Amino acid sequence: MAKVLVVDDSASMRQMVAFTLKQAGHEVTEGRDGNDGLGKAQGTKADLVITDVNMPGMDGLQLTRELRKLGDYKFTPILVLTTEAGPEKKQEGKAAGATGWLVKPFDPDQLMNTVNRVLR
Amino acid sequence: MSIDMAQFVDAFLEESFEGLERMETELLALDGGDPETLNTIFRCAHSIKGGAGTFGFGAISEFTHGVETLLDRMRNGEQEAAPETVNLLLRAVDILRAQLHAARDGGEADAAEVAEVRTLIEAHLDDAAPAAGVPNAPANGGSGGDTASDSSGGGGNGPRGWRIQFRPHADLMRTGNDPLRMFEVLEELGRLTVHCETDRLPDSAEAFDPEDCYLAWTLELEGDATRDQIEEVFEWVEDECDLVIDPLEAAPVAPDESSAPEPGADGATPARPETAAKGSGGSARGAESSSMRVNTGKIDALIDMVGELVITQSMLTDISEQLEEDPSQMEAQIERLRTGLAELERNTRELQESVMSIRMVPIAQVFNRFPRLVHDISAQLGKQIELTLKGEATEIDKTVMEHLGDPLVHLVRNAVDHGIELPEARAAAGKPETGQVTLEAFHRGGNVVIEIRDDGKGMDADRILAKARDAGIVGPNQQLDRHETLQLVFEPGLSTADQVSDLSGRGVGMDVVKKNIRGLGGNVELESEPGKGSRLTIRLPLTLSIMDGQLLKIGDETFVIPLIAIVESLQTLPESVKQAFGKLPLYRLRDEYIPIVDLAAMFGRAEPSPLPEQALLVVAEADDQRVALRVDDLLGQQQVVIKTLETNFRKVPGTAGATILGDGQVALILDVAGIARMAAGRDTRAA
Amino acid sequence: MANDATQSIHDPATAGQDQYLTFILAEEEYGVDILRVQEIKGWERPTPLPNTPDYIRGVINVRGMIVPIIDMRLRFGMEPMEYGPTTVVIMLRVINDDRERVMGVVVDAVSEVYSIGADDLQPAPDFSTRIGIDFVRGLATVDEKMILMLDIDTLLGPGLIASEDAIAEGAPA
Repeated sequence: MAKVLVVDDSASMRQMVAFTLKQAGHEVTEGRDGNDGLGKAQGTKADLVITDVNMPGMDGLQLTRELRKLGDYKFTPILVLTTEAGPEKKQEGKAAGATGWLVKPFDPDQLMNTVNRVLR
Repeated sequence: MSIDMAQFVDAFLEESFEGLERMETELLALDGGDPETLNTIFRCAHSIKGGAGTFGFGAISEFTHGVETLLDRMRNGEQEAAPETVNLLLRAVDILRAQLHAARDGGEADAAEVAEVRTLIEAHLDDAAPAAGVPNAPANGGSGGDTASDSSGGGGNGPRGWRIQFRPHADLMRTGNDPLRMFEVLEELGRLTVHCETDRLPDSAEAFDPEDCYLAWTLELEGDATRDQIEEVFEWVEDECDLVIDPLEAAPVAPDESSAPEPGADGATPARPETAAKGSGGSARGAESSSMRVNTGKIDALIDMVGELVITQSMLTDISEQLEEDPSQMEAQIERLRTGLAELERNTRELQESVMSIRMVPIAQVFNRFPRLVHDISAQLGKQIELTLKGEATEIDKTVMEHLGDPLVHLVRNAVDHGIELPEARAAAGKPETGQVTLEAFHRGGNVVIEIRDDGKGMDADRILAKARDAGIVGPNQQLDRHETLQLVFEPGLSTADQVSDLSGRGVGMDVVKKNIRGLGGNVELESEPGKGSRLTIRLPLTLSIMDGQLLKIGDETFVIPLIAIVESLQTLPESVKQAFGKLPLYRLRDEYIPIVDLAAMFGRAEPSPLPEQALLVVAEADDQRVALRVDDLLGQQQVVIKTLETNFRKVPGTAGATILGDGQVALILDVAGIARMAAGRDTRAA
Repeated sequence: MANDATQSIHDPATAGQDQYLTFILAEEEYGVDILRVQEIKGWERPTPLPNTPDYIRGVINVRGMIVPIIDMRLRFGMEPMEYGPTTVVIMLRVINDDRERVMGVVVDAVSEVYSIGADDLQPAPDFSTRIGIDFVRGLATVDEKMILMLDIDTLLGPGLIASEDAIAEGAPA
């Protein structure tokens, strides 16, 4: 069981991701946007962060940069959710310090397969 | 894993409808392409696209893709936010709304229109960007890789495996990637042999940065994993490492049993569950559910209060136990009991307020539709109109709000259609060509007030009066002042528009507006000045189900009067009591004569009785009319739950419903406005 | 007026028969469809309503619901009675225009429950116009007693509760 922080401004996406992870036995904290997610991340040490890219306030890329600055999150896997399959977006994510990405739409199985690549 | 995606669909639809509203509002406010606004609009489309794909609405996701791409170009400055582009996006919003409705209620959006708008969007994209060729179907990313692979098929004479030379750059681990985890995934694809190369390790401890990656590996993966599957494992780090993947020479021996292919498969070829694969997962959904979104802060407050309630309850339980054990402590315990009950009362009240606040929603939910409405109508009429919304955060009961939409639409349409003049007419009148319409909400007292103001041509009271006389609404000799005349527009059958307009008809419906608002316990008033504009003021109760009441005794009966209606209560001074027509008592309060109402007589409960020397009067006001109610006693004030008499009976003039008092008795709630009308003899039943 | 409401009774003994609860008014017996009887309560003083006919005694609280109380003697123009401990209020479900209302009727006493076939009901004779007969479903004879079977949807229908005031106030239908 791992602690996962899920950050997405879309409640339905957040619920789906959180529900799927909980079904798999993980403990999930939810963030409504980048700022909220950063606050939540500081509150507890998550083993994995999954964040949407496009969010109001602080977006997912900025959140990733901010998290990498924190000692606790230097090496924590951070997965970004993106609808853009193009290489630039992925590159931007990588440049911000993201571990990898997950392209929307995805289903629970794809989510778990991806999550299992970074969680032990 | 089988997870029923249907459970998230409600949330998705709800937030998508909100997103569309937001898009619409922002598109209308989009002035020349402010990047922040464009960002917001983009995000809305983006969320809808992502969610639609995930929750099984392929058509919506596909349609949104073009919209999103267009918006992305716009926010990157690659495409201009020209008016026709904005209008196209507004049409796209309509389509999406129709598609979402179809997803929710079953049915289908108009396919021809969807196709048309989609083609237009694609044409827009082609025009603007040299870098065309945006795929219409989002690529399938993540681990859902394509299983059709290169040279290595499933069984045949493919390579017996792969040699992977993997030299991570020093900063690979700084993105949270971990070579060991990747090897674990590879291990699931076949038999893995790992050789570690340490040649890059620094010589001295000082030069060693524990956060850097110095190691490199050569891996051999035996089995029938495909190149794609391996590349996918390294997908996230392809720019942070040197990676060479070569096939191992074809095996000279028959495939080893230990390298049986099966265990690897499930790591990379997910079986897509039905829910995500089907394009129209929402068609079986039922009718609209009556759910509402509630701010979590309100729920937290509620939980806190329930906590306090539990504490109070245990305190009261403790007191009763103490009393049982030691009755001699009666007096001290009664004191505690009183404290406990006071606490309980406070808890109950706060809990009630909290619960009621859950029903309160910002009026923005109604206001938001108006920018689009005004935009469309003014375009249709060739008018220039700037709509200003104020006080959108003002909260109002959800039920009140739901019934407010139609009357407001009517009034705003009237303002645009009949109020604001054409630009030439405005210029001729020395006014700016752009007309102003303002929609404002605010709280005043226990009411929500909504004003609709315009700086249009105003209303001609003389013409209204003439028409009302023609229509027989006003008698030939009946005199009305200007304010009273203007209120005639709410009378059934009075037309005020110069010409028939297909937008708001011939003043038809103002009576319906008034009736609807009265039905919500509110009222509406018109003020207008020719040439300068009009102002419609709607007053509505905050909530329909609870109010602060003053309990009164009249004769044997207890009545409740809304606290908000009470101006003051007083003992009569004999010299201030006057008579009109020998039978209508008036009370002179400062400079005003107020009719004294003998409620028992008015309600047909007793013969009219002369006013005693020293009477108790409650002066109450509603609809700008005042009455002085004769009461026998003022009892306490309390919050009362309003129950309608119409459930099992009918509306009873002079009452605004009933409530149940602490002793279980029913008390009628007085309708001050109705009583004032009855007192004035304007109601069918005179006092 | 159809008696659909009773068709769910499958007991062969009562098949094709309706059950009526009867009550007494000034020694006369009246019956109402028992399926419409919600409960029977003792008399309690209602809160009077303004400007309503005298047979509408007012409203009472029945588990949080405001229910009007109709005095049947007054409705039928009979001698008023003294309300006492034996005075009974029958709570009836009245259905009009797909809307169900609960109303209480004050009667002298509750009498019996009878099963009566539709064939055993005789049409009511032409009463004086003082009381319309459209709310009489028919007459039944049991043990030489005459029982007037009432159609409560008509008796307690819109005609009873409507008032010009309600229309003037623009009350929703």
